[in-house]
Amino acid sequence: MPQRPANRLLEAASQIILGKTHELQLALSCLIARGHLLIEDVPGVGKTTLAHALARLIGLHFQRIQFTSDLLPADIVGVSIFDRDTSHFRFHPGPVFAQLILADEVNRATPKTQSALLEAMEERQITADGSTMPLPEPFFVMATQNPSSQIGTFPLPESQLDRFLMRIQLGYPDRSAERALLMGKARREIIEHQPPVITPDDLLALQEEAQSLLIAERLIDYVQDLLAATRQAGEYLGGLSPRAGLGLLAAARAWALIEGRDHVLPEDIQRVFPHIAAHRLQRAGDGRHPGPAELARLLQSVPLR
Amino acid sequence: MHPDTATDSLRRDQGSWLLGAAALTLAPHVDTLPTWVAVLAFGLLGWRASLLWRGRMATSKWLVLMLALAAGIAVRFEFGHFFGKDPGVALLAILLGLKLLETRTMRDIHAAVLLCFFLQLAVFLENQSPLFALLALGACLLSIGSLLALTDPHASQRERLRTSALLLVQGLPFMLTLFVLFPRVQGPLWGLPADAHRAVTGLSDSMSPGSIAELSQSSEIAFRAAFEEAPPPPHLRYWRGPVLTHFDGSTWRASRHERAEHPYYTPAGPQLRYQLTLEAHNQHWLLAMDFAGGPVDGIRFGSDYQALSVQPVRTRSRFELNAYPETPVGVDESSRVLDSARRLPADGNPRSRQLVAELSADTPTPAILLERVIDYLRQSELRYTLRPPLMREDSVDTFLFVAQRGFCEHFSSAFVFLMRAAGVPARVVTGYQGGEINPVDGSLVVRQSDAHAWAEVWLDGRGWVRVDPTALAAPQRIESGLSAALPAGEALPLLMRPEMAWLRTLRHQWDAASNHWNQWVLGYNQARQLELLSELGLDTPHWQVLIGGMMLAVLVVMAALLAWAMHYRNPADALDKAWAAFSRKLAHVGLERHPAEGPLDYGARLARARPLDASALQEITSRYAALRYRPPAPVHEVLELKRRIRKLNLR
Repeated sequence: MPQRPANRLLEAASQIILGKTHELQLALSCLIARGHLLIEDVPGVGKTTLAHALARLIGLHFQRIQFTSDLLPADIVGVSIFDRDTSHFRFHPGPVFAQLILADEVNRATPKTQSALLEAMEERQITADGSTMPLPEPFFVMATQNPSSQIGTFPLPESQLDRFLMRIQLGYPDRSAERALLMGKARREIIEHQPPVITPDDLLALQEEAQSLLIAERLIDYVQDLLAATRQAGEYLGGLSPRAGLGLLAAARAWALIEGRDHVLPEDIQRVFPHIAAHRLQRAGDGRHPGPAELARLLQSVPLR
Repeated sequence: MHPDTATDSLRRDQGSWLLGAAALTLAPHVDTLPTWVAVLAFGLLGWRASLLWRGRMATSKWLVLMLALAAGIAVRFEFGHFFGKDPGVALLAILLGLKLLETRTMRDIHAAVLLCFFLQLAVFLENQSPLFALLALGACLLSIGSLLALTDPHASQRERLRTSALLLVQGLPFMLTLFVLFPRVQGPLWGLPADAHRAVTGLSDSMSPGSIAELSQSSEIAFRAAFEEAPPPPHLRYWRGPVLTHFDGSTWRASRHERAEHPYYTPAGPQLRYQLTLEAHNQHWLLAMDFAGGPVDGIRFGSDYQALSVQPVRTRSRFELNAYPETPVGVDESSRVLDSARRLPADGNPRSRQLVAELSADTPTPAILLERVIDYLRQSELRYTLRPPLMREDSVDTFLFVAQRGFCEHFSSAFVFLMRAAGVPARVVTGYQGGEINPVDGSLVVRQSDAHAWAEVWLDGRGWVRVDPTALAAPQRIESGLSAALPAGEALPLLMRPEMAWLRTLRHQWDAASNHWNQWVLGYNQARQLELLSELGLDTPHWQVLIGGMMLAVLVVMAALLAWAMHYRNPADALDKAWAAFSRKLAHVGLERHPAEGPLDYGARLARARPLDASALQEITSRYAALRYRPPAPVHEVLELKRRIRKLNLR
């Protein structure tokens, strides 16, 4: 039996990114849920490789934007230049007009530049010189962010973080995966020779399908309980927003789809919850984002209905 | 869809339900409807069915109207009037067919279903047997099904049937409450006044040759007797009816007798207690077994040793009776009674008189003479037959010397004649003899075919002694019943033929079922109601109390049903219970589910902890996951899950 597109994609990706199946499934869920992904990690763990690999495997038009402190909004969205021949301004689209964008080290740019990208992510269109241009479909932004402790960074404000559906960390590979990585061919070379396993249309169909997955009413109740738990405990500055709740449902649907089900189970919600919640929540005490253990405790404290 | 604009809103499956309901509703009426009405009603149904199958519209309104008018006129001619039960039911049956023929709108269909319900009720005005009740129940099921087919066109046929049955079952507690508590009036539940006086088969207070033979062709039940202990042997089963003393040469008639609250004898010997359920025969006599003990409420005892009810038995009635078969009766009988028991017409039957003169030439005692007569009858090769020849003149002579065959009335009549001719007091007793034990419930069923006539002779010092002259010629009649006694080839009522044994078994079972039905459903009268209520601690409550209690009970039942419905609103709650039970079961081995643990995670944890049970455990958790989070959960699958959880045995 030919594998379903979502599984084909996951399998092919885990051939390239070794030992990170869970993170890959999260990244794919984010993609299928039409969300954007924030990857926060130290350099060199394969953030760029992941973006490359996904673009290649789906056959998406890929653009990488390296964020620096002198990057300007126009460098992202494009610029209108006067054309002598026609005596008109002509818009030169920036790198944001691509299907998969890797915004590398997004927290190195100034807030103004950051917000240009983030607005494009939210609106899925660019307005320049009074005309509006839609961004291509599918449109998926993977932003990487160095841990905020590093110097020379402009941390993304909370409101901007909310634009990312998920935040994941890749982390170091385990010993055997790392050994395979070290002994194998260069990842870049593998990616270049990797044919696409699904088409962009397949991805759109997957996104469509994910939206139609059944969610029992009880799971809506459960999601509400989870949201309420983040709001009531007094542990966090503010809780999760309704938008986060919608994101949680969308991500859980996508996760369930990859699992091969036509309905969502509580486990799907629990798997994606930490990655939806962590970057949106701030601890009341020190203003830091909660860690995985803390979120696991939160999940344990909310009984299933 | 606007009800008035729909041209033919009846889909094929809906129409099938409706036609099925109508056909089953009309079926029990066929028995009583005039033939043309039944044919017309079913013809209309068939017409509608053919229209439905060809996907055609309803018939034109004018045609239906004309048909209705014509049928109305015909009914008027048939019955002469429109009033009363029979023309009413006939009209309704025809109207049901016509209504179906013109069904265009939802309202038409609803009207047709209501008509069905009404006709189902009307069945009971005519016949209240359990079979008809079953038919009406089936029709009711289909009627509800057709309403369901209208409201929920997407349900499968089986679902409709199930829902319909469920609705009926939910109505059951209301039905029972109303049935038990609704204040009863005296009299039968369904009987219309006219029904109680119609002619019924049974004994009469006179006997002429052939009258009992005619009765024996009927297999209708006369009465049932349920003995507390083993039923007595066949030769004791004499059920006493009218005692006939007056003889006019051809017909025997009952003489006048006195009545009292106590029997005219002192009951002695062993006692047999039994319950007699007498079918309505519009007479006073109870057909109690010889000889009834007393006093009993509502029963009088005749000086001819009959037990009689105060009121004629117009409905099926139950009596608690005792019998003392060995009681000596009439030892000191009055000379007036004995005189009338010796009386004969002045002339007629000369050869019989001649015979008696020869037998009593040496003036023997009555006891010796009795033996001689018995010997004579035994030796004279009289044959027992259901089809005796006509004996108009000198019937006793004809029977004894010419025809030499006859039925029990001939035997008893001839015997009594001979005894009287010799001056010994004798009389004919009619009633029933024998009966059949129903192997299903052990009760004794006595039919009209068990009707019998025997004789009693008065002997000095012994009183009235029973002599059954029929037994002389056909002893099997007494021991084994009518069918054994008749010569081969003689036409028996169908069911009495020995080769019909399987049919008889079936009939036994049916009889036992109808007996229960009669006792508990149709026979649930005021007395039984009071009896039941007093067992519940309510002694002779006022009818207002009864109605109050009934309403209260209905409210309680309604509240209980409502609570049940709220509780089991959907199978999801049953699912929760099953899931909780599963977790409890595993808590015994320290594997309780964490409140926040999803079913698949739980299943995986269980499988790791108990690898031997892994597949069974994960089967349950994955089934639960699918049922819980992929609504709607089909009831049977929830039940299946419950079953698996119940049967789960941890190794």
